[in-house]
Amino acid sequence: MSADAQDEPRGKHGRAPDVLRVGGWVPMREYLQNDEVDFAIVGTGAGGATLACRLAEKGFKVVAFDAGAWWRPLEEFASDESHQKKLFWTDERLCDGEDPVKLGNNNSGKAVGGSMVHFAMVSLRFRPEWFKARSLLGYGVDWPLDWREMWHYYGIIEDALKISGPVNYPWGPDRGRYPYRAHELNAAALVLARGAEALGIAWTPTPLATVSAPRGLAHPCAYRGFCVSGCSTNAKQSTLNVWIPRALQAGAEIRDLAMVGRVVVNDAGRCTGVEYFREGRWQFQRARNVVVAGYAIETPRLLLLSATSRFPDGLANSSGLVGKNFMVQSNQAAWGVMDQEIRSYKGPPSLAITEHWNYHDKKDFFGGYSYMSQGPLPVVWALTEGRRGLWGDALLKDMQHYNHYVGLKMVGETMPQERNCITLADEKDDYGLPIARVTHSNCDNDRRLIQHALDFMETALAAGGAKDIWRETDDTCHLNGTARMGSDPHTSVVNADCRSWDIPNLWICDGSVFPTVGGVNPSLTIQAIAYRTADRIEALASRGEL
Amino acid sequence: MNPYTSRYPGYDVLNKRDTPSWDAITRKVIAQRMATPSEPGFLDVVRWRALEALCARIVPQPADRPQVPLAGMVDMRLQKNAGDGFRYARLPPLREAWLIGLNALDEESKARHELPFASLEHAAQNTLLTQMQHGELSSSHWKGMDATLFFSQRVLPDICGAYYSHPYAWNEIGFGGPANPRGYVRMYYDRRDPWEAVEAKPGKERQAMEKNRRVR
Repeated sequence: MSADAQDEPRGKHGRAPDVLRVGGWVPMREYLQNDEVDFAIVGTGAGGATLACRLAEKGFKVVAFDAGAWWRPLEEFASDESHQKKLFWTDERLCDGEDPVKLGNNNSGKAVGGSMVHFAMVSLRFRPEWFKARSLLGYGVDWPLDWREMWHYYGIIEDALKISGPVNYPWGPDRGRYPYRAHELNAAALVLARGAEALGIAWTPTPLATVSAPRGLAHPCAYRGFCVSGCSTNAKQSTLNVWIPRALQAGAEIRDLAMVGRVVVNDAGRCTGVEYFREGRWQFQRARNVVVAGYAIETPRLLLLSATSRFPDGLANSSGLVGKNFMVQSNQAAWGVMDQEIRSYKGPPSLAITEHWNYHDKKDFFGGYSYMSQGPLPVVWALTEGRRGLWGDALLKDMQHYNHYVGLKMVGETMPQERNCITLADEKDDYGLPIARVTHSNCDNDRRLIQHALDFMETALAAGGAKDIWRETDDTCHLNGTARMGSDPHTSVVNADCRSWDIPNLWICDGSVFPTVGGVNPSLTIQAIAYRTADRIEALASRGEL
Repeated sequence: MNPYTSRYPGYDVLNKRDTPSWDAITRKVIAQRMATPSEPGFLDVVRWRALEALCARIVPQPADRPQVPLAGMVDMRLQKNAGDGFRYARLPPLREAWLIGLNALDEESKARHELPFASLEHAAQNTLLTQMQHGELSSSHWKGMDATLFFSQRVLPDICGAYYSHPYAWNEIGFGGPANPRGYVRMYYDRRDPWEAVEAKPGKERQAMEKNRRVR
């Protein structure tokens, strides 16, 4: 094994780690800092890596930057929750508001590949009506994207990741069969199924980005259950082992351990490149276009940090909306104890799902939610127990039920609110840059949705056979909004092509652009938007409109 | 611990160290964790004593097996200043929070019993911690830090998170532990792979113990 990935960059000297082979390397094209590359992309998560891949495949010169390390999963991902915190963004952020969020594990990543390296692989399409949430459902705002076009791109991404899923999906317009067969259900998933059937609602094996049959050098999923700590077999299909290898093959360069601190803008109001910190010093890469893809906190933070006298409120911020409309997803749960042994640590954590309340509109709140079966490992589980106040003998006693616990956990839509926002704090990080302040409060609708979900999940869990049910009332997951797309420069930051209204060669491509957040995990939609953005950039370039 | 009081008598996840369930990187990081010294590297002796006593109340460990070096693990984290990626704006940074919190715990204890926290009886310690949890401690020694928030955001996650990252804790709860590359096969209710812990059903503790000795 070479030196630690966190100490020295690995994307150097014309080569990059081959994440599919122990100790392997693949060739990587490199660009000079003085080369004016076509695109400098900040961040290599679901948005940045997908876009880097597709732009490179179309022949553009691309350099992508990531603040994190370039890991080799086969030899460097331990089967251990605590050690694998190395995949999380653990730089300090301040959280306030009436319902301050917790960050750092399930909603952030600091590694080449971003948080998809430790995502739970849940790969869901938005409900078509959500793209017109205001016009059709009466809340939030409309997206500038058409669901039929998104349906086309969802299909492409599902095939690129060889999603394992059911033959027929119970909700929404026809989507055809998933590329790989659905995974076997574990006992925790069967409890969800039993509860749903008892209540007369549909459920399905969850479409997951982990292969159920061999694919290239990746073996089928071995059901280790450490998915959210990083997959050490490469069964998980992610940015790290799908989009980035493709990007390298197409001639993109990825710079790891490279923290971008400023997007540089000239007097004419156009981006000229990015300043980044790597190997102990600040450096500059020239670029014709800059794409910010740092997710819903780092993206607005970088735009705010890049303020100039011409753009005193930060870049792309003439609407005043950079950092605003920050949306989490509600992640409350009902937990209970089964007579049978469940051992939910086996297999992917969320093998079964119901989207019933995403597609059912007779309810007293806006938006929707899905809920999934769960498989928390001991540390995460102990923290969950701690959040309901257990310690001492009470904790040890309840932990004895670990192998009998089952849970149903929601992914719930929250409403966009301008008061939920990312701003800059006075405190500085190790790079000397002001850290982000993350302000979050639920609104009445969020609370009604959560209450409905908790009531329903508790009923469903009891119908599935669980006893001694209690509620986890305050968790959140996923981060979206903060640089929304739209059709009007006064009420949005970027247009449908992820191009900023204010600076024509500045683009934003990650979950930040979501105008609303829906009741499903966002990664598939982020990748679909990125894939589409590359197609749009190609079309614009061919017309001389870049 | 009387082995029959555990739900998984005789189960030792470390017996799997040299099986296909543990790979090289996992063996390495867990060996490092188990070797965490039970001595302070960051805290001074006074605060270390308070931390040790606090850990013993938050997770009262069975006396008849080697102890998880909980205070050492928390202290190691303070040495590394390893944050979570966020903090509530009402709390100071990691190290400062722990320094203030441990000091205030001793001062609250002295104010009530004229003894530092570590010198109290377990029952008095538990009472004080319950007061901390329920917002009943607010002397000037907290320096404006919300004691309840310190308890819920630092004490419980930092100590319990450390405990359940240790193989001894996995043994108690019957967790399969590391699983690369072997993974698992039997996913259904009440099914167990031969390399998973056997749960003792009432009256069958001895059989479970014998089977658990062979789990690897």
